[in-house]
Amino acid sequence: MTVPLLSLIVFMPAAGAALLMFLRNDDAVRWTALGFTVLDFALSIVMLAGFDTTTHEMQFTERRPWVPALGITYALGVDGISALFVFLTALLGWICVLASWVAIDRKVKEFMISLLAMQALVLGVFCALDLFLFYVFWEAMLIPMYLIIGVWGGDGRVYAAFKFFLYTLAGSLLFLVGVIVLYFQGGETFDILALTAQDLPFQVQSWLFFAFLIAFAVKVPMVPVHTWLPDAHVQAPTAGSIILAGVLLKMGAYGFLRFSLPMLPEASVYYSTLMLALSALAIVYGGFLALAQDDLKKLVAYSSISHMGFVTMGIFALNLRGLEGGILQMFNHGVTTGALFLFVGLIYERTHTRSIADYGGLMKVAPVYTAFLALFTLSSMALPGTNSFVGELLVLSGGFAANFAVGAAAVLGALLGAAYLLGMYRKVALGPVSARAQFKIHDVNGREITAILPLAVFVLWVGLYPKPFLDVMDASVKHLLTQVHDRESGQ
Amino acid sequence: MDPVISIRPLAAVTVAGLAALAVLLLNKREKLRDLVSPLAAIVMFAIVASMAPTVLAGGTVDLRLFEILPGIDFAFRVDALGMVFATVSSLLWIVAAIYSIGYMRHLNEHAQTRFFACFATSLAAAVGGAFSANLFTLVIFYEVLSLVTYPLVYHHEDEEGWKGSRKYLVYLMGASKSALLAALALTYHVAGSLDFVAGGLLAGADASGPLLTVVYFCYLFGFAKAAVMPMHAWLPAAMVAPTPVSALLHAVAVVKMGVFCVLRVVFHVFGVGLVGGLGLGIATAYLVSFTILMASVYALTRDDLKARLAYSTVSQLSYVVLGAVLLSPVAMVGGIIHIAAHAFSKITLFFCAGSIYCASGKRNISDMAGIGRRLPWTMGAFFVASLSMIGVPPTAGFVSKWYLTLGSVEAGEVAFLIVLLASSVLNAAYFLPVSYVAFFGAEAPESPATVREIPLVTVPLVATAVLSVLMGIFPGYFLALAEGVVG
Repeated sequence: MTVPLLSLIVFMPAAGAALLMFLRNDDAVRWTALGFTVLDFALSIVMLAGFDTTTHEMQFTERRPWVPALGITYALGVDGISALFVFLTALLGWICVLASWVAIDRKVKEFMISLLAMQALVLGVFCALDLFLFYVFWEAMLIPMYLIIGVWGGDGRVYAAFKFFLYTLAGSLLFLVGVIVLYFQGGETFDILALTAQDLPFQVQSWLFFAFLIAFAVKVPMVPVHTWLPDAHVQAPTAGSIILAGVLLKMGAYGFLRFSLPMLPEASVYYSTLMLALSALAIVYGGFLALAQDDLKKLVAYSSISHMGFVTMGIFALNLRGLEGGILQMFNHGVTTGALFLFVGLIYERTHTRSIADYGGLMKVAPVYTAFLALFTLSSMALPGTNSFVGELLVLSGGFAANFAVGAAAVLGALLGAAYLLGMYRKVALGPVSARAQFKIHDVNGREITAILPLAVFVLWVGLYPKPFLDVMDASVKHLLTQVHDRESGQ
Repeated sequence: MDPVISIRPLAAVTVAGLAALAVLLLNKREKLRDLVSPLAAIVMFAIVASMAPTVLAGGTVDLRLFEILPGIDFAFRVDALGMVFATVSSLLWIVAAIYSIGYMRHLNEHAQTRFFACFATSLAAAVGGAFSANLFTLVIFYEVLSLVTYPLVYHHEDEEGWKGSRKYLVYLMGASKSALLAALALTYHVAGSLDFVAGGLLAGADASGPLLTVVYFCYLFGFAKAAVMPMHAWLPAAMVAPTPVSALLHAVAVVKMGVFCVLRVVFHVFGVGLVGGLGLGIATAYLVSFTILMASVYALTRDDLKARLAYSTVSQLSYVVLGAVLLSPVAMVGGIIHIAAHAFSKITLFFCAGSIYCASGKRNISDMAGIGRRLPWTMGAFFVASLSMIGVPPTAGFVSKWYLTLGSVEAGEVAFLIVLLASSVLNAAYFLPVSYVAFFGAEAPESPATVREIPLVTVPLVATAVLSVLMGIFPGYFLALAEGVVG
């Protein structure tokens, strides 16, 4: 019997969470959580190492009957697209634990349980091959996230958590309707692969497309359903922000890739111009919003909206470069924006202010911190040589191929990105040392550097040698494209 | 001729990179730290020079490191055009490194470790750019150069420094995150590659004329370091930097990176045929002619010596572009060798400005009356370099201007002949008064008697003045390279 690797990956954090319930000492809780997440990360590396990049077929598949009467199975598997996000989720998992090490000082056990449960559910979303199972993971994930924001968040945490919950739930309900329609239209099965092979009438595809669009657009988030994001980010504790930006937003884009494109190819092509326009809007509007922020966390949050616009733009360019760029940007955004939230958290722990105006001259006070901050700032603005530039070049190249005007709008967004990020860095790191920064700021310690370093490695690795990452997704993306275009043109 | 595969292009870049690291590590041991830069410069120049015979013989030195994206490698290729830029940069780094030590020590500047580390990294970026085999690799070095020169511009960390450096970064980054980014994405979309190709990557590409025109102008303005108006304003703003920075970086490495990129685009991305076919050459020629004349007029009105030199640089950079876009072989040769000619002379002029500042604290030309009698070597060198900027034989500037004027005749464009001549008159009008005032002006009676030459500063500027003349008499090396580019 082969080892059910994906089940192990998905349930490792859950097992950790279960074990945590029996622990009393806060330090024991922290170390146990770290142990399980690191182990999970190791398993995800094992998964990637054994991943066959030559095929688009699902790998490491597991199938067990669950509710046979309704055609529900416990089915897991990864292809080149989801494998990357399993890896990213596992990577950010232990970084989140490290980021919460001292920042969370009350109800540590409950927090770590929520965090680990969260990770298990997100991993489940990326691995599920059964629509019902997917939906369970997708919905259940709301609960730990709600708790993380609502219990351990800032002063406005209850409002933010509630808003987050309502927005996502509203989207999810439409998704549920879509799932049920798919179930009946697709031959009473929840098997994602079987549903993908169905040819649905265009009319049905259109309705489903919009039902899914609203569900996924809230998660991404796309303008105009983005307003929950800044609130959630600002109120969430650092680890919450990292996981929110790093993986939760990816679930929306992943939904487009796993459901909208392959199951609804004709609708996807038909509405692609609309999607490109919405993406361009998000890129530019998010950029302007970020430009106007004085709160560090809000700035990074709005930049996320802009960056995720690049992702959806790449996806709905519906060509190879666009799709690969979009998926790569999903990974890059997880690394870079995750890191930026970590950095905001680190400095907030020291100064208890997030206002850019309170900062200045940090380079003289905390040189290591500011040096790393420079790297991630440059990565976020997609400087050549960093990870985001490769993704941005691919997305723009694909975007220009799909629609010149949309590509041009995205370039404007890139320019805005440079403006708000460099402006932020200059005010925070350079210039005379501000009164706030003069006392009680110590540079990053060993634990913090441990959390930062792997992210820094990925910034440069993907920036200079993205081939391994593109190789992982290549076969799956090409297959996805044939699914979209062959069937669309075959009608 | 088969390309020579060698690690040397990477080695040249690495030497400067390691020098920066060594400077940082030797932070507290100033004497040792100051030795690092000149030594690294000599080693780098030796490595660059070792590749010259191959390139002069019509070959290239290649090093392909790894694939970044399909059709895009991280790769080096040393060819004739890159060799011109690399020779000039690495050779002048030797003198500039010595000059910097003299200058920084004399003024007792702060943050010298940061200064020398950034300086060395800038050279790594410049030579890396010169040796890049494709746009992707080139742009990485291009951006590194923007970033590491930023601390050099805000070096003084005063109000003026922050303001100037902000403008510097806004222009350079703004242009590259808008126009250049669009140009790269569109090129990759159209050609599926970003390689430099003899005859042009986009030649024969399946793309409409208007689209290619957009891409072309995106490159021209996206490479803001070339300072074609209206993308020139960062250069005078960068003059808040210490003078060695203005000399080597903002007269040689940074701005030459800009025009070098434009030449790469004209020769190896679009190709001469396509630029001519789309009528872009003549359009660009008019654009840069405006820059040439307008910047000279600005220079006339500036009393601050460095500001005058900066506007002069803006004007002279456009000579290089003009030579290329006239699309006649002779003009192209003129444009390419003007990279070297302008470098030798302009660095001399900046060195002189720094020498005057070190010795007397004076920055305005109107205060420099009679200073030539106190600083005869400095002002003598200034005069020689001025002649080269004007284009008087037997200086370097004469050779390049000779080819440029001949080229505009060959291209049948009399308008640009007039531009070149008018510009030379303007050059004379804003350079010669400086020498005149310095040697023949009456010294202010209260000026202190302590104004005298500083050896570590004066020797380099005399050396570059001599180079300006030598290149005028023996232009063979650069001419051969330029003819290698034109083919």
